[in-house]
Amino acid sequence: MLVSTKWLSDYVNIEGIAEAELAEKITRAGIEVDTIIDRSQGMTNVVVGYVKECVKHPEADKLNICQVDVGEEVTQIICGASNIAKGQKVIVARPGAVLPGDFKIKKAKLRGEESNGMICSLQELAVEGKLVPKAYAEGIYVLPATAVPGENALPLIGLDDIVLEFDLTPNRSDALSMLGVAYEVGAILSQGIQLPEITYTESADKAEDVLKLRIDAKADNPMYVAKVVKNVKIAESPLWLQNRLMAAGIRPHNNVVDITNYVLMEYGQPLHAFDYDRLGTGEIVVRLAEEGEKITTLDETERTLKSHNLVITNGKEPVAIAGVMGGLNSEVHDGTTTVVIESAYFTPGSVRQTSKEIGLRSDASTRFEKGVDPARVIAAAERAAQLMAELAGGEVLSGSVIVDELDKTPVRITVSPDYINHRLGMKISLEEMLSILDRLQISTEAVNGLLVIDAPTRRQDLRIEEDIIEEIARMYGYDHIPMTLPVTESTPGGLTPYQAKRRTVRAFLEGAGLYQALSYSLTSKEQAQAYALETAPVTELLMPMSEDRSVLRQSIIPHLLEAATYNVARRMDSVALYETGSVFLGEQEDGLPQEVEHVAAVITGKWVDHAWQAETKMVDFFVLKGIVEGMMDSLGLVEGLSFEQAVIDGMHPGRTANIFYDGERIGLIGQIHPTEQKKRDLKNTYVMEMNLAKILAIETAELVYVQVPRFPSISRDIALVVSSETSAGALEHVIRNAGGKLLKTVRLFDLYEGANVEEGKKSVAFSLTYADPERTLTDEEVVKAHDKVLNALTTEAGALLRG
Amino acid sequence: MEAQLEQLKDEALAKIEAASDVKALNEVRVAYLGKKGPITDLLKGMGKLPAEERPKMGALVNVIREAVTEVLEVRMAKLEEQAINEQLATESIDVTLPGRPARTGNHHPLTRVVEDIEDFFISMGYEIAEGPEVEKDYYNFEALNLPKDHPARDMQDSFYISKDILLRTQTSPVQARTMEAKNGAPIKIICPGKVYRRDSDDATHSHQFTQIEGLVVGENIRMSDLKGTLDLFAKKMFGTEREIRLRPSFFPFTEPSVEMDISCFKCGGSGCNICKKTGWIEILGAGMVHPNVLRMSGYDPTVVSGFAFGMGPERVAMLKYGVEDIRHFYTNDVRFVSQFHRTEV
Repeated sequence: MLVSTKWLSDYVNIEGIAEAELAEKITRAGIEVDTIIDRSQGMTNVVVGYVKECVKHPEADKLNICQVDVGEEVTQIICGASNIAKGQKVIVARPGAVLPGDFKIKKAKLRGEESNGMICSLQELAVEGKLVPKAYAEGIYVLPATAVPGENALPLIGLDDIVLEFDLTPNRSDALSMLGVAYEVGAILSQGIQLPEITYTESADKAEDVLKLRIDAKADNPMYVAKVVKNVKIAESPLWLQNRLMAAGIRPHNNVVDITNYVLMEYGQPLHAFDYDRLGTGEIVVRLAEEGEKITTLDETERTLKSHNLVITNGKEPVAIAGVMGGLNSEVHDGTTTVVIESAYFTPGSVRQTSKEIGLRSDASTRFEKGVDPARVIAAAERAAQLMAELAGGEVLSGSVIVDELDKTPVRITVSPDYINHRLGMKISLEEMLSILDRLQISTEAVNGLLVIDAPTRRQDLRIEEDIIEEIARMYGYDHIPMTLPVTESTPGGLTPYQAKRRTVRAFLEGAGLYQALSYSLTSKEQAQAYALETAPVTELLMPMSEDRSVLRQSIIPHLLEAATYNVARRMDSVALYETGSVFLGEQEDGLPQEVEHVAAVITGKWVDHAWQAETKMVDFFVLKGIVEGMMDSLGLVEGLSFEQAVIDGMHPGRTANIFYDGERIGLIGQIHPTEQKKRDLKNTYVMEMNLAKILAIETAELVYVQVPRFPSISRDIALVVSSETSAGALEHVIRNAGGKLLKTVRLFDLYEGANVEEGKKSVAFSLTYADPERTLTDEEVVKAHDKVLNALTTEAGALLRG
Repeated sequence: MEAQLEQLKDEALAKIEAASDVKALNEVRVAYLGKKGPITDLLKGMGKLPAEERPKMGALVNVIREAVTEVLEVRMAKLEEQAINEQLATESIDVTLPGRPARTGNHHPLTRVVEDIEDFFISMGYEIAEGPEVEKDYYNFEALNLPKDHPARDMQDSFYISKDILLRTQTSPVQARTMEAKNGAPIKIICPGKVYRRDSDDATHSHQFTQIEGLVVGENIRMSDLKGTLDLFAKKMFGTEREIRLRPSFFPFTEPSVEMDISCFKCGGSGCNICKKTGWIEILGAGMVHPNVLRMSGYDPTVVSGFAFGMGPERVAMLKYGVEDIRHFYTNDVRFVSQFHRTEV
């Protein structure tokens, strides 16, 4: 909403208040003033000129040499506009003027002819092109003959105005009109407001004799008022009216159309003007459209209607889409002499649906959608009739044609001052409350200590006690609300175990060298299930914005791979990222997909890089496996963890494992398949993804302190040659089983395949430690236990002991 | 015998003097004082002496041995020091060479902002509530006083899965779910999470972003409590010298509704490009829970009241760190994420 302060001052006295101050007051009271627009943009030396002579430039076809009376002198100006003519009053920017865009006007010579200034178009004075009346859209602007040469031109064209741009919240549709703004500003400034005085002479003819009205859809159109004005002369509107419309962001057309728009802005009541003769039937019938019925609207577009769209007809065919846009067939044109003014109440739901379906939002529809003030339907029609009489020479037929079944009973709200104070945490007196409501012109009575309020129909946002609390608080000032803290049962607050453990996981992974990533949940159908631990029907958007973001993900790995590629392409060739987030699986009983939180990681490039000593280690499976083990250990879950070689689509068949906890699959880990790596421009890249929800749901065992050993442990190393097929895990399993309770740790410290080892075999070395917390072990005890281990390795694992 | 001893002593001392390093000196020690050395031999040979000479000779041998030992130790200390000095001289390094970086990662900046906010409210006795990202229209809109034809629904264009299910456009449905689950009991929660809107991604819009909201419901919750809570929060998050101001606004689920500005943390209120010369920065929306919302979730608005507030961690991070493009939060560029590693305490 654009609010011209010049226009506003018709209704409320804002003299002596700087616009910035006014804007601040309005903002603090509840309507945000987004911008303060100075339409003059600081222009000076822009005056009225009278074109005394105008001849073609001898050297240039498109230029004219004009002798212009600018008051103090007659001066020569070269003008290139095609609509310049002798005898016009024009806008002249004199030498020294600075036009918007820091355009300095200087004396100049154009093809040998002196030019002392510039004759201006409105666009050159920073009026938006779409607001300039069509007649002047392509050339200079021509002022009325009454303009006096030499006078400041800016006030004549309304550029001495300051406009406040409101950023209205949806509840404050009352401020979609100048009168609504006046009520608000009046309340803020503790002033009354001046409503327009409506007086005009009615003709002896009666409107009802020439126009019949029938409403066949009263649910959607409970009130309709029509007035008839005859003998209008279509012409340009007076400048003051055009200026106000342009300030409000509306392009002037002709006096009749401009008047309907003017009243729309003034009262917030959309009006429509029909050419009576074009209606052709002397009848208006409002009804629901027939399915598939067509109408060509004012914008020359044919529109097909549905059976729930409300239309205005002449009894035969549609002449307007109710509340949205008029039809071309009944449009007011230059030859129009008799006008039907329509002022109606169309229900918000009906207009919203139609305007959405047709894809047409107009100044009218936005107001109907929010609900116009029932009390202004008649007043607005009268106001338009008055202006048509005054400005278009029309004769207003007496009376109106009205169908009115609209309930205009104000909403009654009863609220106790104590309740208001209680909710605000304040102590505002009853008198103060009454005074605020009085300023807002909200009719209130104090009855038995209660405020009994009849909410004005212009304020459709006032419905319940809380709305009154807000009115009082915002006018009293939020700055005056004290600062307290809630007095409630004291609660411990804090994270749930799940949330706390998730933080543990994040802290561990970051400590281990991974950066946290955050990617989109939406992905393409192709990527949605790639590398998924578990797949289920994908959750698909009804109306995706693109194929790439059309379904919800079932795995995080593809997103991390994308991030890896992104970084590698930017010469960040070492990437280590993790992400925790939801994947979305199938559909549960309540219709929602199951959301499962996962953790995933990607590593590629160098893991250790000590550049100047050339100590570099590339990432490998075991780096990531160590991170997984460490993460599980941080949750006290390392005991039940195991890895089993696996073949998974898109993964390296020899370097991939499923991750199990207590026999249940909880994740996968491994290298991306080389073909896939190549496709993604990646070198060796390792990923893991685990079901974090499942992991965090496992109850963490209590941390049990084990006394620091007081007795020394004894370590023994074993070197073995085993079949290449025998896994380290299997060997460790044999060792642990055979080692008995004295065996404390088993650590693989060497692995070798190649020269000096028989083909198909590998050499493995373990370091074992034996200890008893209660005493120092004897050699004999250790030998006994260790022999069992060696024996088991040879018999159970077919190992050959070395050295 | 005596002469022999003296000669031995002189010989030993000369060799000690001549030894140029620890190794040579140790050889001297072994040669003269070791188990197989001449002094030990002499002591062993004492048995052959007449009994009356033995104490005298014994004493003499000991004196000489102690004398040699003493000189040797002094010499040894000197040689050891010399050896260490030589070693140190060769071990000198260029301390200006770069250190070996400790491998580390860090929180995503949005997690950092969210956890900071969570931690502040946890210290005030709040709990963290979470909920599904794919949500029922009922919880996302209807339970929040946004019936199907409510005009305010125009404010958010949503990703629908079906007529009744959509990607949540706000974290507020978690509030509705929590209220429903708490069944009339008092509530103090913070709800962080991902939300989705049907926006084209550009520098200031993202179809996925994060929100964090708070809700307090109980008897006697007043608007002054909201103001006091937000004031503490602003000072904690943006600096103790911050001031707040509330401006009336509109949200369907609160009444009255406000927007909270904080005094600009860059210029302190004098006006700069961050606060667009106003001295104030809009940080969050808040208000008193609308009675319809309370009623729909099973609370009696005549008995209990509540306040709610919500903000966008992206906006907070963009303002606080000057991040110029919201897409940075979702491209996972290591050069971006790795900047948020250090403490700001």
